[in-house]
Amino acid sequence: MTGSLPATLSSTAETLRRTALYDRHAARGARLVPFAGWEMPVQYEGVIAEHKAVRERAGVFDVSHMGQVETTGPDAEAFLQRLLSNDISKLAEGAAQYSVLCRGDGGVLDDLFTYRLPGDGPRFLTVTNASNHERDYAWLAEHADRFDVTVTDVADRYAMLAVQGPGARQTVAELADGELPARMRTATRTVAGAEALVCGTGYTGEDGLEILVAPEHAGALWDALLAEGVAPIGLAARDTLRLEACFHLYGDDLSLDRNPIEAGLGWACKLETGFVGADALRGFEPKDKLVPFAFTGPGIPRQGNPVQTEHGEGVVTSGTMSPCLEVGIGMAYVPVAAAELGTPIQVDVRGKLRDAEVRAKPLYKNPS
Amino acid sequence: MAESYPEDLSYHPEHDWARIDGDVATFGVTWYAQDALGEVVFYDPPEVGATVTKDQTYAEVESVKAVSDVFAPLSGEIVEVNGALADSPEKVNQDPYGEGWMVKVRLSDPGEVGTLLDVGAYRDLLT
Repeated sequence: MTGSLPATLSSTAETLRRTALYDRHAARGARLVPFAGWEMPVQYEGVIAEHKAVRERAGVFDVSHMGQVETTGPDAEAFLQRLLSNDISKLAEGAAQYSVLCRGDGGVLDDLFTYRLPGDGPRFLTVTNASNHERDYAWLAEHADRFDVTVTDVADRYAMLAVQGPGARQTVAELADGELPARMRTATRTVAGAEALVCGTGYTGEDGLEILVAPEHAGALWDALLAEGVAPIGLAARDTLRLEACFHLYGDDLSLDRNPIEAGLGWACKLETGFVGADALRGFEPKDKLVPFAFTGPGIPRQGNPVQTEHGEGVVTSGTMSPCLEVGIGMAYVPVAAAELGTPIQVDVRGKLRDAEVRAKPLYKNPS
Repeated sequence: MAESYPEDLSYHPEHDWARIDGDVATFGVTWYAQDALGEVVFYDPPEVGATVTKDQTYAEVESVKAVSDVFAPLSGEIVEVNGALADSPEKVNQDPYGEGWMVKVRLSDPGEVGTLLDVGAYRDLLT
């Protein structure tokens, strides 16, 4: 038997970074794999059981590999307005905003959440993807010259835990000293005895919170959550959950070769703010669009599978078996004319043409 | 199920097993293979009548994350496929040496059996 196993089973020569929770993952028997330079838990009990634990109850993910950049100073807002695609002037104190970081040609460097933190002066925290963190920070620092700002890589200051699922909020509330922030809001609270930045955001399509604490407090918070019955969840289920919810994954659905309009992220691009990349996107008429799809018969789509439509060819960027829908699902760039809901498409899965259709976002939504 | 490697099977280094019964052999994947793969969620059986060749792939099994080729431990013609795996691919995990079997093959060269590993040699390979 061969396939993609060797990559996960082989030992790697490179030195992998470990989060503050590494020993806990190992002690619990998690399968640990290299991911974006980190040794991360890909699964504990099993991806399907973990996926359903988040949809039905609550699960916690160690996402400490994600990076953080802090921007402060008098020009902080003007600076981020220039670099991030969304309208940062609309971001209220204690609120969260999604945006993309573009190159001048509109290619996507990363997709990010930015929080405007309370304080005496302007203070923003931007969360980066682990695989892009160093490039993002370098890009921001390089563009900071003409602004009166301080851009600081603060990734080492934080461990990050995502608690997600219909029971997540209530469980965290039992460990916290005050009211929790609503969806797309953030607040500083004491959680499990430690100061925490609590954010009403996530990557699963469920209600939930993302909690940033100093790395030395991560273990106690993790233990407290598990003691409350929250299930530990690996990166494999994180991927199936986000794909059912149709959230983009950088490196799969987003890249330097695609711009945010093609990727369906035009809603997060406010061209009038004049951000880097806006000129390239103005008047841009996409030939392709990223669409969610589901198989109408057997098979599982995988990244890179060619797509055939009546209007031309496309390509799968993300694919998996949906644990909730129990069919193959994915996202693909297809010609705009084939992007209409319900359009029948075919996915070439290693030589077998599998029937699928373009579906609405999200592919799965919790009925409760 | 717990890790196990039955004494009465012959093993291929690509983590496949064969149960020899005269000139017909049943093929499947080992405990190690199903554990490494994770929960099997899709198996597309080959056609009855197809020819399989020792050391070549004859099917794919898919977990949520990955696709893996399944190798033929011996050569011959497929005489039966485990159709139940289409609806219940998880049997590959639950019972890899029983209900999780994949194909039955009429052997074209029974002499190839001598090239396979016994359980001791296969276990040595895993350590």
